[in-house]
Amino acid sequence: MKTATLVADLVTEFKTNGRIVIVGASLAGLRAAEALRDEGFNGKLTIIGDEKHEPYDRPPLSKQVLKGWVRADHTLLPRTRKVDAEWQLGVAATSLDRSSKQVRLANGDQVPFDRLLIATGTRARPWFNPKEAALEGVITLRTSDEAAQLQAALAAKPGRVLIVGAGFIGSEIASVCRDLGLAVTVAERAEAPLVGALGGVIGDIAAELQRDHGVDLRTGISVEALEGDAKGHVRRARLSDGTMLDVDVVVASLGSIRNTEWLEGAGLATGRWGVACDAGCRVFDVNGVVTDSIFVAGDIARAPHVLYEYQFLALEHWDNAVFGGRVAAHNMVSLESDRRPHLPLPAFWSGQFGVNIKGVGVGPFADEIVITQGSVKERRFAAAYGRRGRIVAAVTFNHGKWLEYYGAMIERSAPFPPPPPGYDQVGDMKPMPARFPLPGVPTGLPDVVLTGHDPIDRGAEYRPQKR
Amino acid sequence: MRIVIDLNRCQGYAQCVPLAPTVLKLNGEEALTYDPNPDDSLRQQVLRAAASCPVQAILVERLDEKREKS
Repeated sequence: MKTATLVADLVTEFKTNGRIVIVGASLAGLRAAEALRDEGFNGKLTIIGDEKHEPYDRPPLSKQVLKGWVRADHTLLPRTRKVDAEWQLGVAATSLDRSSKQVRLANGDQVPFDRLLIATGTRARPWFNPKEAALEGVITLRTSDEAAQLQAALAAKPGRVLIVGAGFIGSEIASVCRDLGLAVTVAERAEAPLVGALGGVIGDIAAELQRDHGVDLRTGISVEALEGDAKGHVRRARLSDGTMLDVDVVVASLGSIRNTEWLEGAGLATGRWGVACDAGCRVFDVNGVVTDSIFVAGDIARAPHVLYEYQFLALEHWDNAVFGGRVAAHNMVSLESDRRPHLPLPAFWSGQFGVNIKGVGVGPFADEIVITQGSVKERRFAAAYGRRGRIVAAVTFNHGKWLEYYGAMIERSAPFPPPPPGYDQVGDMKPMPARFPLPGVPTGLPDVVLTGHDPIDRGAEYRPQKR
Repeated sequence: MRIVIDLNRCQGYAQCVPLAPTVLKLNGEEALTYDPNPDDSLRQQVLRAAASCPVQAILVERLDEKREKS
């Protein structure tokens, strides 16, 4: 018998009788499970999730749900097919034993696997002071339970809401607060909202947008302490400029933490920026050797990207979870010659203050920005980001139809500034510094991060741009 | 029923909105917002809205339908 036939038989055998475990029951885990079945995997499939809910969509939580339109438990994700899996929900994975190929769960169970997909994602970064974090009314937003809690707090008509951190989530929450007619203060350590992801030029526009909608926006300000009343409910906040603020709800929107702790000791390339993998979602071990049976997808994955000098890109985006999950699933059940890369062009959206903000590429990679179309004054415009004369990202405010045009140019590293399409052009297309913040401002961390060339976390740190 | 809209793909044409106005809404000029788990009684409306999308950004779960047929 030829070796090739033997190997093909092995794949058939694996697809029939293999055991696949997916740790993480959110968007990436679900889409991977569906793709595995689509690919003809008929073996045993186990899906483990630490939340008790079946897979649900998170983007609505900071918008429709907070507004009170959609219930927090009504964002369940549609299935593209039946997955016929064993679901272990409400129980976290606590460790991974690679030699015996088992995942240990919080309830003591051991789940054996032939192939493993890591999709444990991120969680909200908690308020830094645990005593203050425990005060009633101090809330983070990541899960549907947290969204239910925050929605109830907003519906109770608090006197003032304080939002700490003006990234996308913080800004979206502020927008909902204004829609609900609530007084809201946003405290941001950086010079403007959204600077981590979009830089200072766009940040200034976002700041104006917030103030025009009645947000009490305070930039260059951090929140140093929270105080509760006798019942343990938060009532006051002390800002870094000495101001004392009366507040009834505090939302800590300080970015995310990757759920890698359960992998400690497993000898994989894990750390602050997630789990390093190759372009085919195969996880590296601590020595930079790629594993055969462990894959990763979604917010927790970081992989080298051809468009960005092969730096490891960590990407907390919705479609990265969808496509990453599918590619990982495909590669888990395919032979080498059939494997595919997951090389996404990063793309995101954010609805806030009646404006649809969309983007493609990696903004923080850029040194310059140019407004290419529309009118900043009317908040309908497109802007392109460039690095050393090449376009690397683009953002639109209520101009989303043009994003594809810029995306195609980013994909082929076209020259910057780009030729604007023949419509709605800006007269004076003048590149200016994009003004991304230096690292070290916690809330300045974007949800797309280039994490260096080292698969091992030792060197995987955000690299400041040379100025 | 369950739906999800790929808002990266959505270009804000908003053709879907009048076809299922209690499920899909515009927030401002082009930011689409929606009810991910609308009542089953709205299924026909939602299916028409999904079919009308020029970029096919609306994913509707069809499992229930299949169950009914089989």
